[in-house]
Amino acid sequence: MRGAWLTGAVCGASLAFVLACGGGERASNAIVVGHVASMTGDTATFGRSADQGMRMAIEKINAAGGALGKPIELVTEDDRSVTEEARTAAQKLIQRDQVVALLGEVASSRSLAAAPEAQRAQVPMISPGSTNPKVTEVGDYVFRACFIDPFQGAVMARFAVEELQAKRVAILFDFKQDYSVGLAEFFRETATKLGAEIVADERYTSGDIEFRAQLTTIRAAKPDAIFVPGYYTELGLIAKQARELGIDVPLLGGDGWDSEKTIEIGGAAVEGYYFSTHYAADSDSPRVQAFVSEFQTKYGATPDAMAALGYDTALILADALARAGTTDGAKLRDAIASTSGFEGVTGKISMDPQRNARKDAVVLKIAGGKFRYHKTVSAE
Amino acid sequence: MENLLQQLLNGITWGSIYALIALGYTMVYGVLKLINFAHGEVYMVGAMTGYYAAHALGVASTPSLGALLLVLLVSMLACGLLGALIERVAYRPLRGAGRLAPLITAIGVSLLLQNAGQLVFGADPKFFPALLRSEELVRVGGIAVSNIQVAVLATAIALMAALQYVVRRTRFGRAMRAVSYDAPAAALMGVPVDRVILGTFVLGSMLAAAAGILVGLSNPKIDPLMGLMPGLKAFVAAVLGGIGSVPGAMVGGLLLGVIETLVTGYLSSTYRDAIAFVILVLILLVRPTGLFGAPQTEKV
Amino acid sequence: MRARPLVAAGGVIACLIAIEVVAPRVLNPYYVTILSRIGIAVIAAVSLQLVNGFTGQFSIGHAGFMAIGAYASAALSVFAGAALLESVSQVVPLALARIVYFPLVLVFGGLVAAVSGIVVAVPALRLRGDYLAIATLGAGEIIRIAILNIDAVGGARGFSLASSAHPAIDLRFESLAGVFGVAFVTIAVLARLVYAGGGLAFRAVREDETAAESIGVATTRVKVEAFLVASFFAGVAGALFAHSEGYIHTNSFGFVRSFELVAFVVLGGLGSITGAILAAATLTALPEVLRGLGEWRMVLYSLLLIATMILRPQGLLGQRELWPISRLGRGAK
Repeated sequence: MRGAWLTGAVCGASLAFVLACGGGERASNAIVVGHVASMTGDTATFGRSADQGMRMAIEKINAAGGALGKPIELVTEDDRSVTEEARTAAQKLIQRDQVVALLGEVASSRSLAAAPEAQRAQVPMISPGSTNPKVTEVGDYVFRACFIDPFQGAVMARFAVEELQAKRVAILFDFKQDYSVGLAEFFRETATKLGAEIVADERYTSGDIEFRAQLTTIRAAKPDAIFVPGYYTELGLIAKQARELGIDVPLLGGDGWDSEKTIEIGGAAVEGYYFSTHYAADSDSPRVQAFVSEFQTKYGATPDAMAALGYDTALILADALARAGTTDGAKLRDAIASTSGFEGVTGKISMDPQRNARKDAVVLKIAGGKFRYHKTVSAE
Repeated sequence: MENLLQQLLNGITWGSIYALIALGYTMVYGVLKLINFAHGEVYMVGAMTGYYAAHALGVASTPSLGALLLVLLVSMLACGLLGALIERVAYRPLRGAGRLAPLITAIGVSLLLQNAGQLVFGADPKFFPALLRSEELVRVGGIAVSNIQVAVLATAIALMAALQYVVRRTRFGRAMRAVSYDAPAAALMGVPVDRVILGTFVLGSMLAAAAGILVGLSNPKIDPLMGLMPGLKAFVAAVLGGIGSVPGAMVGGLLLGVIETLVTGYLSSTYRDAIAFVILVLILLVRPTGLFGAPQTEKV
Repeated sequence: MRARPLVAAGGVIACLIAIEVVAPRVLNPYYVTILSRIGIAVIAAVSLQLVNGFTGQFSIGHAGFMAIGAYASAALSVFAGAALLESVSQVVPLALARIVYFPLVLVFGGLVAAVSGIVVAVPALRLRGDYLAIATLGAGEIIRIAILNIDAVGGARGFSLASSAHPAIDLRFESLAGVFGVAFVTIAVLARLVYAGGGLAFRAVREDETAAESIGVATTRVKVEAFLVASFFAGVAGALFAHSEGYIHTNSFGFVRSFELVAFVVLGGLGSITGAILAAATLTALPEVLRGLGEWRMVLYSLLLIATMILRPQGLLGQRELWPISRLGRGAK
């Protein structure tokens, strides 16, 4: 009997707790937008960058009067870099915070977990940086502000074979990160189609700091170029260790390299390498320059690709809100879908029929300790 | 052939890091029969402390042997203190509470340090300052040997030799061995068991800190989550060598480093992390006491 | 006396039906997800309790079995289940087909996990104490890395429970009553196993393996049996997880998850089914309750763990049960 009372008490207490923690007071005249992000855990750096970019954009929008005459409030939920938490975070934002739109996630696997919730609740969702094609296939309420793996992988493959005249290519990718696996796959496909030979195909896991074993194997295969479609978190060390082993062929990469930390960690080792990304920080576009210096003032760091994408994503949403004239899900969705020629810091963005962003990629070269614009590759 | 030699060199250098961390595990297990899961995080704190110390002491941009030694010293002292704190606060209250409670607590401490680390140090990876200017020392055929690798090996060997000296030739070392053979008997013989255990933790933590600095030197990217995997693998190394055996931990660490490197280089880089666990399972099946451990008879 | 179990069973079924009808209307999907996760955590925790609590074997790689159950059942559903359901739905209403199909999928996940449980157990159970713990940790990691490398189930991209060949079939299983029903069955089966006459063997092995061996208890067989049953239910939990999430990734089954399960079992009390249930429920709900704390959430969580272990190492209930769970076992041979 005592057991039953105790149980009842525990259940009651927990239920009360859970219900009591239901959403706080929201300013009734704010437009609430949700952000599902990995603020802690393995990929915390990317989630936080995206969040910083978004917040800066929203501050600017609010300073200029907000959207539809109201301020935008960004509610960020941390998914701790855990896949299923992205789904709960999305649900919480949609159900309890009643967000009009969902931004996020950076990682494709977590976007894939969250997207079905957004689709079901008919809340438009825009991912700033998920590149797996499957994300937008979830449904017509799911968009992304970046290009997808097939495009970017092909960009660098073409660059390697056509511009660098590489006949033998090696690949070193991060098999734990969806992004890297996808890019490597499409690079492999395009490079082979263009007649190059993949002489080595090695892997590592994000978080690794020791790559000499794989690099030694690659060195023995004598490639003309090495494609490393991973994140900057590992790239710096890979470059350093490659140099130490005497590898002096160029390394190529994707937008995962886009961070000042690449140069900070890689130092002289990354000189002469190339990578594709969304924008060039040294671009003389005043828009980019303004963005970079504002970001530096506000956060004390140069914005990386995720920050820039987060920034653009928030701006795209605001622009769509203005065009829709309402926060109604269906109309907002249509407005986002008809985004065309939007000038963001990461390029001129238009939504294609698959709800992926059509935008140009730029290839940057690392020279003189800085990223330098090399060429633009337009979206086909 | 030169490929093989290069890989061996890579493996031994990397393995010496495992060895230093493994020593901490093995010593603590010897005296307490406890797997100190938080040990990997002490290694992380060592690297972080080194980073902040280097910047605070102003040696971050002036590489020199002296700078390295100074940072090493500061970091080792700080982590020695951390190790003592962990023992005192988290493990001592649980002495005699069975085997699982301290294990869970150790996991709790590990999680705490990781997450607190993310809060305090920031989740971003940091670039460990180059305390030694990287130069290629020697290039024999295709094999590159850098001065950093030599420094890592040399420091690791020096520390291991120092530890062997402490364990074999000092009173404290004898007390440590006594406690690990039979703690109640040692207590009866007047050995201050509590202090010995505390000292063991301090020593182990100091070695982990050194490992953190050396890793900062040769693989200069550090972040609050860096201790998890190396911690687990170093534990495997300790088991491989025979948990409780100091020379075992050293050999185990080097061996694990070499095997990991060779498998990654020649077989498949996919299974780099899995290798350690496969070795673990194999060694526990074939020879659970490890290479150097003494077979244990169970008294009924 | 005979009628008692029937009445109890009837009561439970009535409750489940009520939940099935009421829950979607009253609770918003966010809460349904949390409660569903609690149910799954309870199943996994109780299954682990059999091995860690009742048989005294330190297994800390349990998430690996969940992973196998999740991926095996998801693969079945995607590669065969959708086709099956579609063809059956020509003859029989889809809803009915689904109600029959899902228990089968869960059992399948459980069986595959049970097979892997034996594969792990037979060699690993030659070890004792901490060594066994580490061996199981290793096994869990090997399983996770192996799955990560199977491209057919997605690898690093995760595996989505959607069949491109049969897009109309929804393979997700979102019934809260279903989850709770399975949880109840798990608890009943395990309580029966442990508290019936033969169940004393488990506790004998826990208390003193050598002594048990010397009085004729087939200790190895008992240990393997515990592992088998535990991994079966862990697989079922994994299958439930896969079918309620709709998308799985190996990240969800790493050693952090294994540690969480061990924490549930230890904090609830090693040797108490009710303890495991309470701990699993509370600690699964807690991160949601603490959500507002943002980055401090995990710090607080680990502090809680440490404090509990220091202040009350036997956990919440020690070896006691709260409800007449042990009575579920009496009367069975």
